[in-house]
Amino acid sequence: MSRKILLEHDDVPGIETFDVYRKHGGYRSVEKALKTMSPQNVVEEVQKSGLRGRGGAGFPTGMKWSFLAKPEGVPRYLLCNADESEPGTFKDRYLMEKIPHRLIEGMIVSSYALGANTSYIYIRGEYMWILDILEKAIAEAYANGFLGKNILGSGFDLDLRVAPGGGAYICGEETALIESLEGKRGNPRLKPPFPAVKGLWGCPTVVNNVESIAAVVPIVNDGGDEYAKIGLGKSTGTKLISASGNLVRPGVYEIEMGITVEEFIYGDQYCRGIANNKKLKACIPGGSSVPILPAHLVTKTAEGTDRLMTYESLAEGGFASGSMLGSGGFIVFDEDQCIVRNTWTFARFYAHESCGQCSPCREGTGWMEKVLNRLEHGQGTLEDIDLLAEINKKIEGNTICPLGDAAAWPVAAAIRHFREEFEWHVTHPEESQKRNYGLVLPKSTLV
Amino acid sequence: MSLKIIHQERQEFSAERMAEVQALIAQYPEGKHKSALMRILHMAEEDFGGWLSVETMNYVAEILNIQAIEVYEVATFYTMFNLEPTGKYVFEVCRTGPCMLVGSDNIIAYLEEKLEVKMGGTTADGMFTLKTAECLGACGYGPMLQCGKQYHEHLTKDRIDEIIASYRSGVVPKEIAR
Amino acid sequence: MVKVTIDDIQIEVEEGTTILNAARQIGGDVVPPAMCFYSKLPGTGGKCRTCLVEVAAGSEKDPRPMPKLVASCSTPVMDGMVVKNKTSERVHENRGGIVEFLLINHPLDCPICDQAGECHLQDLGFEHGKSATRYKEKRRTFDPITIGNKIKLHMNRCILCYRCVAVANQLTDKRVHGVLHRGDHAEISTYIENAIENDFSGNMIDVCPVGALTDKTFRFKSRVWFLKPMEASCSCSKCSGKAVVWMFGNEIYRVTARKDKYGEVESNEDGKTAWICNECRFDKKDASKWSIEGPRTINRHSVISQNLYTSDRKITDKKLN
Repeated sequence: MSRKILLEHDDVPGIETFDVYRKHGGYRSVEKALKTMSPQNVVEEVQKSGLRGRGGAGFPTGMKWSFLAKPEGVPRYLLCNADESEPGTFKDRYLMEKIPHRLIEGMIVSSYALGANTSYIYIRGEYMWILDILEKAIAEAYANGFLGKNILGSGFDLDLRVAPGGGAYICGEETALIESLEGKRGNPRLKPPFPAVKGLWGCPTVVNNVESIAAVVPIVNDGGDEYAKIGLGKSTGTKLISASGNLVRPGVYEIEMGITVEEFIYGDQYCRGIANNKKLKACIPGGSSVPILPAHLVTKTAEGTDRLMTYESLAEGGFASGSMLGSGGFIVFDEDQCIVRNTWTFARFYAHESCGQCSPCREGTGWMEKVLNRLEHGQGTLEDIDLLAEINKKIEGNTICPLGDAAAWPVAAAIRHFREEFEWHVTHPEESQKRNYGLVLPKSTLV
Repeated sequence: MSLKIIHQERQEFSAERMAEVQALIAQYPEGKHKSALMRILHMAEEDFGGWLSVETMNYVAEILNIQAIEVYEVATFYTMFNLEPTGKYVFEVCRTGPCMLVGSDNIIAYLEEKLEVKMGGTTADGMFTLKTAECLGACGYGPMLQCGKQYHEHLTKDRIDEIIASYRSGVVPKEIAR
Repeated sequence: MVKVTIDDIQIEVEEGTTILNAARQIGGDVVPPAMCFYSKLPGTGGKCRTCLVEVAAGSEKDPRPMPKLVASCSTPVMDGMVVKNKTSERVHENRGGIVEFLLINHPLDCPICDQAGECHLQDLGFEHGKSATRYKEKRRTFDPITIGNKIKLHMNRCILCYRCVAVANQLTDKRVHGVLHRGDHAEISTYIENAIENDFSGNMIDVCPVGALTDKTFRFKSRVWFLKPMEASCSCSKCSGKAVVWMFGNEIYRVTARKDKYGEVESNEDGKTAWICNECRFDKKDASKWSIEGPRTINRHSVISQNLYTSDRKITDKKLN
């Protein structure tokens, strides 16, 4: 069942304006929180809701909030991570473009809960037009007394600003994001100290994904317990899924967690199946960094049970036969797609995006890209496949930040499940050149 | 990597823009003014011809009262900043996995053929610079390219023809609403 | 004080001490190698990942092992922590991987590199490296840039430890060089041609673990193992004037700061680091300007120094003369 909570009213004309948004129940959560709840009450509701970070890691948001240090006389900051850059993920963009006020509303309530009086939305530089949309919406919120001094007479002050990035995936890592906000290179920091203790300008800081912050709005409106009723088990609430690849109807969908993967791919409410009447070959369910699954493990687990759109079900089987929900970047491959080519583009992406600070990531991502480039172009050897797996193991877990793992996992998984295809590139160098992998346009976009 | 340093006559922000810059700096706490750097660099690029010369970066360093190297470090880290002159319009074509799956390779080939210039190059008339880009967050709407603040999505050969013709006539092509 | 066990050796150290520093207090081969961490330069470390160790037990309170290897230079010890360095197969395996990463793009031009013989990457390769490379790709190269007439920058050899950036930030008043670009084409540079000239900029040479920053006044003059390191001092208004002069016969070929067995510049009696100024380093090559105190023990552990810089100075002197 499709259930719109975050994207509620996204089809209402003018919903991007304050007036229309307000008319459709917007900013109720701010009124409720500031007038009837203490900041601690808000934190408790978020804890009760079971909301898990929507940026990819899935860490419980309420728990993250509870770690925030509160030393006397030191400002605290809430940063919204709108640096959406994980290949396959474009959900935050949709939400900000369509309903910017939902994010702003979430920022106000969350800042109130955390005791932050200045908050920032750090948005990837390529989304510059969304920055304009957000700033316009923020100006409206100021004009209507929802931002600034003494909001709704509650005594709570909040300044909300937007800061652009400049083209760097790594700035989605929270400490790199903080560095970038401080006007520096996006080099992730060594942890500990964690941002909750020492973040922006050395002050306690919480960094949350756009979708997580937007989810605070329904949690406050309806209560954490009500929110926790949506979804399945520890995967509470709804999730925005960015569907891309060879689908009849790619796009952003808000789903109630717990629907089957089968329904999501083939259901009429969702992606409506594989484009051009082709067959499903593989799927990456949570953004480029999570393991790829071959067709037989996409809709069913290795045990033969239905695979569900939840954190737990997608991870069932571990890395041997499972994957992760990650950021919800759902990438689908039809039968004609080349796994080697796709893996190469991902390796190229991570090599391009490595900050270069620590040696395993700096050297390892570049090395993997070069080896995969050769393999894809028919110049690889069988040893190269083992070498890739080896390089992988030496990056994984050995880097400062998770980018190393993010670069290693997709390569490892592709070899795990599609080794024959890598070998085929070695044994059929000429054919692998001729095969028109990746060049098949779905009919919907074909000239 | 080779560093090609191209110089440009020093330019300065207009009084109006400078006020905007100063207001931005004033938003940050005392001593944290460097935080305004990225946004000022975007502004400088917009105002001074779409790229950042050494002179521009030195100027920004002066405004923020930081060492010039701190600006170079940042400007070279983030891929959006152009460190050499570009064509009037820069087409950045996404080629990462999800776009590749729906044919970005075709789009790249077609653009190169149509504009008679390879990726990384600028057309002889200085109108267009072609570049490849890594994931721009339009995965469900690929193939796509970015030109300034505009995302052009669901690209086909016909659509590319339209977009190019439109830019040539000085009109930023409108994107079809999703 | 907290108790920590490293490679089965227990030691008590002050709270907040890092695993690496605790290991250094024990000494010997339980000390993990460090290519980027430099105890005299706050904020360095964590980048090269050669000092990764296994934490078999997190603490007395929470004795669970840490799932990942941790950077010993930046992880503080906890009471009851159990650390494995040389006794861990995982560490051995992964450190080998890190060394391989550091070497894939390194030019391996040791025969013409002034750092040869005192290069930490050579030591590391000797101890943890593989005998053959698996790297079939073209090695990365950088265009040479000039950073002044005293210091030579060889970016191809750089491992991006960021120590020289820390020197510029912490010892000089105006930093003109830094790390540009990112990923595997990140580089140390001034961007525009700019001389790194400051009274203390020469210390970048001493902290550089490889041959990326070398002394132009000593360039190609001699292999270091043919020189006699002598402790010497002079009266200097800018620095402590305590240095090591590297002599051939009665001639001073080069001047460096006094370094300890970890390759770090020593501390003076007052606890301050004995950095030397550029004048002492580059301009005082006349032996009469120094009072030479006696031979300096160089404690290195690579194959290159096996027979020379040992504590047995007689052999050393005999071989040199």
